[in-house]
Amino acid sequence: MKRRGWVALVFLAPALLVLGALVVWPALKTGYDSLFDRFGQEFVGLDNYQEMFRFDRMRTAIFNSFIWVVAFPLVVTTVGLALAVLSDKVSWKRAFRLIIFIPAAIAILSSGIIWRVMYEADPGRGVLNALANIPISIVRPAGDLAGAGPSTDTLVVADDGSLAASVDVGSDGAVVQLGLLRLTEAELPEGATEAVAPTIGGSGTVVGVVWRDTRPGDNEKGVVEPDELGVPGVSVVLVDGSGNQVAETITDSDGTFALEGIPSGSYQAAIAGSEFREPWGGIIWLGKDLITYSAMFAGLWVWGGFALLIIAAGLASLPRDTLEAARVDGANEWQVFRHVTVPQLSPVLIVVFIALTINALKMFDLIVGIAPGSVQDDANVIALEMWRTAFTGIGNRGLGSAIAVFLFILILPILLFNIRRFTISEQER
Amino acid sequence: MTAEESAALSSTVVPPPEAETPVSPPQGITRGIGSRLSRGAVHITLIIIAIFWLIPGFGLLITSLRPLEAFGQSGWWNVFTEPSELTVSNYANLLGDADLIGSMFTTLLIAIPSTVLPVLFAAAAGYALAWIPFRGRDALFLVVVALLVVPLQMALIPAFSVFRTVGLSGIPSIWLFHTAFGLPFAIFLMRNYYVTIPGSLIEAARIDGANEGTIFFRIMLPLGFPAIAALLIFQFTWTFNDLLVALVFAGSEQPITLFLRNRLGEFSTGIDVIAPGVFIAAVIPLAIFFIFQKHFEAGLLGGSAK
Repeated sequence: MKRRGWVALVFLAPALLVLGALVVWPALKTGYDSLFDRFGQEFVGLDNYQEMFRFDRMRTAIFNSFIWVVAFPLVVTTVGLALAVLSDKVSWKRAFRLIIFIPAAIAILSSGIIWRVMYEADPGRGVLNALANIPISIVRPAGDLAGAGPSTDTLVVADDGSLAASVDVGSDGAVVQLGLLRLTEAELPEGATEAVAPTIGGSGTVVGVVWRDTRPGDNEKGVVEPDELGVPGVSVVLVDGSGNQVAETITDSDGTFALEGIPSGSYQAAIAGSEFREPWGGIIWLGKDLITYSAMFAGLWVWGGFALLIIAAGLASLPRDTLEAARVDGANEWQVFRHVTVPQLSPVLIVVFIALTINALKMFDLIVGIAPGSVQDDANVIALEMWRTAFTGIGNRGLGSAIAVFLFILILPILLFNIRRFTISEQER
Repeated sequence: MTAEESAALSSTVVPPPEAETPVSPPQGITRGIGSRLSRGAVHITLIIIAIFWLIPGFGLLITSLRPLEAFGQSGWWNVFTEPSELTVSNYANLLGDADLIGSMFTTLLIAIPSTVLPVLFAAAAGYALAWIPFRGRDALFLVVVALLVVPLQMALIPAFSVFRTVGLSGIPSIWLFHTAFGLPFAIFLMRNYYVTIPGSLIEAARIDGANEGTIFFRIMLPLGFPAIAALLIFQFTWTFNDLLVALVFAGSEQPITLFLRNRLGEFSTGIDVIAPGVFIAAVIPLAIFFIFQKHFEAGLLGGSAK
């Protein structure tokens, strides 16, 4: 067939012009710019490449991108494979796959925002922590006196959060006053009445009061005054010098309590730490320690459908007879999956894995959307840092270019692999 | 030849999703009982996963329907016990917001040409690469394959300078940049689709005296429709949802993604704008996704090479 270079050129011209002017030439220029200073004026050799590994933000970005590349493609491909194989067994697979795929249709920035709400730390407001809080609130419930503290420094707060006062029980017994502060009226149990100052009860008797040592207007700490409310329902224990519990009781509606039959000696009257235990604060999903992993889980939500769809398509094309042959030979489902399905799917799994690796390296929108401003530095990745370096603040063209080149170098093996793969498939054509 | 098949060819391994055939393995009676039990477990697992997948979006949807004060006080599931919280006032306020309406308009103004231009250019280039012999054709196509994975970060800085030098800014500069980075995949897909068209068809047209222009417009464009449709939907969704290119080039004409991004600084005090904004931004891509599901998937299947 005769060659028609000129005709071809007419068809290719628009594409070649745009590709040349806005992809090929700029890419080369970026390589060149990376050898110059921030304004592109002074030649600095490889300084930008050294600088890149020195500044904190970029080091975090490289570290995080490393985590993304190592974990993200593997996790998403595995989940995609599992969902593809599982959903293949049900009649509503089409609907299931559609649901998993929905997040892929919307802006990745929006997905980040959606997950930022999921990840709210307060168990009262974030779904994940609310779910985690269900078992936690059963095993370690918040105390009735959460937030309260002693009103005088004669009361000692121990490491376990318990609050205690020293009691010396003499011949006519003892009196102990446990004043609490930072307890709102609303936090008091139902039926709390005005506190009553205990009067000495006689031999072997320890009397006391647990009360809210504050009232509107003037008040003196450590003294039970009118209008100050007793705290009912508090468990008070008496502990001897060697730490053994001697007696236990519960306060009345006016906050008073009485323990009888106590031998003379030194004791501690204590309210257990569990009474003061704060409600569970929730896992800080979007804090600096977890942000990358939290973002990655959101990434699974975004890209899981993509992996599922492609793997499911691959699965549908597998010859069913080999599966059947394996089953007839007595292989169980796991053996069929492990030794027949996975090997046959491997070309598809590689395609998915590579696409996800590229996505992991180019991660940008998701981080912008999910990471609160204060942890953007901790959530940083290479593609994000490239933009920040080059286009925010004064902008550093040289360093930004070097980061872009670094990103390209990381993708280069995939580029070469693709060319090789494509050359082979063309020869087979 | 369907779009799915073309896309499948382009990724060289992936067959059309339609080709799924139901599994009905012949089984013994005892295995039947065991598999019925495990099948029940599979159903339940999948239902739980599906619900889990829907919760995040549903949560933000409810959040968008609650007043701002409610967001600070309780989780969105509070509406189950207090349905009176639900209100459309956030949406009403937002739809009266000139900034938001403007940004939706800007998004469409960006996305439509950024979709049509690369697909058109790629159809022409794909035809040439498939059916017009010329020196260096295979090498040129390998260059396209290589460009598939070049990250757009590699071009941002010089492109930014060039646009400024030639006085191009805002929306038109985004058109060109999206066109450039949409082209490698578009060409790849179109060329791989066109090579599957029987050569006899083109030869016959050439013998009949049709020139290449006629062949392209009369034969190749209509025949390429499935691939073109997949590409249009894929590229439209891509450019509609883009953030990075807009961040660099948009200037004061901000698409919806930038509108949202610029409000993330005051997340908890701006959620009454952010949450409904996310859904307003999602309406068009979701509609396209549900209406053109198959084309969308086909584009994505082909896009696995990207």
